[in-house]
Amino acid sequence: MRLANTSVAVSDERAHTAQSLSGDAYATFIHDLYVEFLIMDSHHSYSQVKGVSTGTTILAVKFNGGVIIGSDSRASMGESYVSSKTINKLIQVHDRIFCCIAGSLADAQAVTKMAKFQLSFHSIQMESPPLVKAAASIMRELCYNNKEELQAGFITAGWDRKKGPQIYVVSLGGMLLSQPYTIGGSGSTYIYGYVDAKFKPDMSLEEATQFSTNALALAMGRDNVSGGVVHLVVITEAEVKHVVVPGNKLPKFHDE
Amino acid sequence: MSEELFPEPEWLSEEVKTGTTIIAVTFDGGVVLGSDSRVSAGESVVNRVMNKLSPLHDKIYCALSGSAADAQTIAEIVNYQLDVHIGHSEDDPLVCSAATLVKNISYKYKEELSAHLIVAGWDRKKGGQVYATLNGLLSRQPFAIGGSGSFYINGFVDAEYRKNMTKRESQEFVVNALTLAMGRDGSSGGVAYVVTIDKDGAEEKCVLGNELPKFFDE
Repeated sequence: MRLANTSVAVSDERAHTAQSLSGDAYATFIHDLYVEFLIMDSHHSYSQVKGVSTGTTILAVKFNGGVIIGSDSRASMGESYVSSKTINKLIQVHDRIFCCIAGSLADAQAVTKMAKFQLSFHSIQMESPPLVKAAASIMRELCYNNKEELQAGFITAGWDRKKGPQIYVVSLGGMLLSQPYTIGGSGSTYIYGYVDAKFKPDMSLEEATQFSTNALALAMGRDNVSGGVVHLVVITEAEVKHVVVPGNKLPKFHDE
Repeated sequence: MSEELFPEPEWLSEEVKTGTTIIAVTFDGGVVLGSDSRVSAGESVVNRVMNKLSPLHDKIYCALSGSAADAQTIAEIVNYQLDVHIGHSEDDPLVCSAATLVKNISYKYKEELSAHLIVAGWDRKKGGQVYATLNGLLSRQPFAIGGSGSFYINGFVDAEYRKNMTKRESQEFVVNALTLAMGRDGSSGGVAYVVTIDKDGAEEKCVLGNELPKFFDE
């Protein structure tokens, strides 16, 4: 298919679908395709500060009894167009295990789909819920073995019965690391100082929620490709809770 | 033969940059400036104890970042121009004048220079002031951060800055911010230099590495 002098490879089914659409439906189809293409392309970083990452801010933090994993909600095309204001970047790979991605969105979707499948197969074989480390290891295997082609890093966070709340980071080349808190994405450079200063081990749920919301709000305030609302997922033994903090409820800082 | 065994070290041909963290903040009655002390050429640290806070006048200092040579030269030229500007007058120069002189050079030679100076000081007319002169813009702000390390502390300073802090709180704020930036930025490090300027003059202080505050680290 050709869009505005750009060739895009699409699957046969999609190309076939396109041919049967007309008018508004066709325009929507093209728009969606364009959005996907440009999000995939945006991993050629526009951020001059850190390496290659999509416009995003993601974080995960361990607290007393669980983990919180959070992200902003902006999908941008290049530097100046926000293609989605409320996209959810937190992906559930199992009941108590979530994942978020820093890097190319296409790679992220491909890897998480595969990981979800492998994880469900694994948990059926084991006849018990999978360990968070197992989920992270699956990501790591995929990242390491395909390190030439992939451009994505992952944060995997969740709760399991063996070790309770855990956070694992799989970086670009396939290194697996366990950490009490971690941040990623282009907006994360601006909040390294803040999270280093403010993190305390064994926080309560309220403190951890405040910590995450503040950190994400600060990053969104300075990074032009992060923004929108704050998506938080709180994972504990008992439940998984999805909290959305809309823009007007975000904490305000001194110059606002 | 010896040239192949020991090729010339890269840092000899790399530009010397003060990959750096600098910060200046106003408090009620003056300003506090702070900087780290690392000067790097490519991957090597060529000076680990450089003081990047340079006096332009008794109660006006500037903080240097970017290319070391460019920044030092600008500071020297402005130092001279400020003296000329004062002439035989007995009054102390305004911080705004010093900042404008820096801005004029930064703007005129925008393409050739790559240095960013933060000018801060105290004068009788407006008290403590901080001016950022990035790329030839002149902007008066309650506080300013600059240098490669400043990206990492944007969130921290946004969250922690409050208007009308006391002198002691401002100094702590500056030292905390520098420590956090030095902890994450490979081009910032060494010791922290802090200069406090109020109506009585300027006080320089050096906070050594082991005296810096500690944050959570596994």
